[in-house]
Amino acid sequence: MPMLETKLQPLAVLEPDSDTEYRPGRILLLTLKRELRLALRRRSDLVNPLIFFLMVATLFPLGVSPEPSVLATLAPGVVWVAALLSTLLAMDSLFRSDYEDGSLEQILLSPQPLFVVVFGKVLAHWMMTGLPLTLMAPLIGVMLFLPAEGMGGLVLSLLIGTPTLSLVGAIGAALTVGLRKGGVLISLLVLPLYIPVLIFGTAAVEAAVTGLPVAGHLALLGALLALGAALAPLAIAAALRISVSG
Amino acid sequence: MPRWFYQLASPRWCYQITGKLLPGFAIAAGLLILFGTVWGLAFAPPDYQQGNSFRIIYLHVPTAYMAQSIYMTMALAGAIGLIWKMKVADMVAKSCAPIGASLAVLALATGAIWGKPTWGSWWVWDARLTSMLILLFLYLGIMALNSAIESESTAAQSTAVLALVGLVNIPIIKYSVDWWNTLHQPATFKITEKPAMPPDMWIPLLILVIGFYCFFAVVLMMRLRNEIIRRERRSGWVRELLMQQRG
Amino acid sequence: MSFDSFSDFIAMGGHGLYVWSSYALGLAVLLANIISPIMARKRLIAEQLRRIRREEAQS
Repeated sequence: MPMLETKLQPLAVLEPDSDTEYRPGRILLLTLKRELRLALRRRSDLVNPLIFFLMVATLFPLGVSPEPSVLATLAPGVVWVAALLSTLLAMDSLFRSDYEDGSLEQILLSPQPLFVVVFGKVLAHWMMTGLPLTLMAPLIGVMLFLPAEGMGGLVLSLLIGTPTLSLVGAIGAALTVGLRKGGVLISLLVLPLYIPVLIFGTAAVEAAVTGLPVAGHLALLGALLALGAALAPLAIAAALRISVSG
Repeated sequence: MPRWFYQLASPRWCYQITGKLLPGFAIAAGLLILFGTVWGLAFAPPDYQQGNSFRIIYLHVPTAYMAQSIYMTMALAGAIGLIWKMKVADMVAKSCAPIGASLAVLALATGAIWGKPTWGSWWVWDARLTSMLILLFLYLGIMALNSAIESESTAAQSTAVLALVGLVNIPIIKYSVDWWNTLHQPATFKITEKPAMPPDMWIPLLILVIGFYCFFAVVLMMRLRNEIIRRERRSGWVRELLMQQRG
Repeated sequence: MSFDSFSDFIAMGGHGLYVWSSYALGLAVLLANIISPIMARKRLIAEQLRRIRREEAQS
């Protein structure tokens, strides 16, 4: 019974610790380990966003035109929008199962700093969705006739951009965790906040395609990521406390 | 903290003070908006390039301005509600969202109508219009979240967090959209940044902006008073108030 | 006054349709903003009075 094993898995934050002082690094590491192990047990959840990514990208040639020149101009935007929607699709599950089996409440009650645990969860979630999407993006790029010069820009921009998407999306997931119809609501809350990442991400790919320097765009994406990594865990922690206790 | 700050936390005191302030603000809003509109429509000189279609500015700019100010007000009230657990602040934040959303819609609609004679098409992906559209999306998200959560206090706190996240994002969105716009199309349209508007043109605009602030205050107070009655319906003073209405 | 006659004022130099339709829309939105809280207040008070009457009848 794999389900039972999941339940018995000790929570990282409840790991017996000889001394009482906070060790955020250790908490982060343990959370990460737990989340990854849980994710690897539900492999279909891992594959679904990737299939979705592939399908959305397939719809564009069918809906717009199979013409390589048309697709090549659309490609940066299409790959980015498809990646954005796929991360959004996976967002709903971030806190859902922990909320349903009660471990989220345990995490909230534990004396460990919540934003560290949350950061670990988001990081693990990104490694299971954003990272595979980034690695798969060149395939979609080839399907959409994205020029070979653009591939590096595409992968790099997604690599820096998708963690921001996960961080911002997690705020939406935390706000809607107690609600039954959270799925659509997350999109409504989070999509407007994704716009800057989309703009800078596609701009980086377009710059790479036309041979312009990419560093500036990537630096802006990095700035967004730094801001998100610093502030989003606090917002997620606050949102979780509100939606679980309320 | 000054004394009035604590008084502000009392729904009863708020109800009474808004009752006293409401008529004054209503008269000011009505007069200023009427005066500004008549001046702008009939007495301001026509624009040397756009002729008379520029008169839409007297509706477009104040509403766009208000849509942004109301978002700030809402986020600020939400933050006060989160930090000091002040019920009245939660009610203010909740009352702000529909007003701001309606004014954002009005700003977008007047922008589109103005765009037709000026740019030749109803919609242009101009940076300002796009930012306003995204602001409207933020309002709609906040309203959707507020109506999806049943518990009043949870809804208020959740929307406050979302409003604050949006507040951090608004400048980022604004700059990214500006930047995206200059990247995709040359900035040929700069209507509101015309240098040296004659005073006959900008004074009515200023009057209208002040008038719209008063208008917002009026609608906000009206909504706030409803909200106070609804949430305090079990308390003695609301009961007395209701009995007076009946008697 | 920047217009010579009333018909000039209505025509707005050929842009009358745009100017007047946006002002009509503006008026509609402002009125809706004023009317909806007034209606809500009436509904709310009637509802609460009904509730009070019901509670009085029960006790």
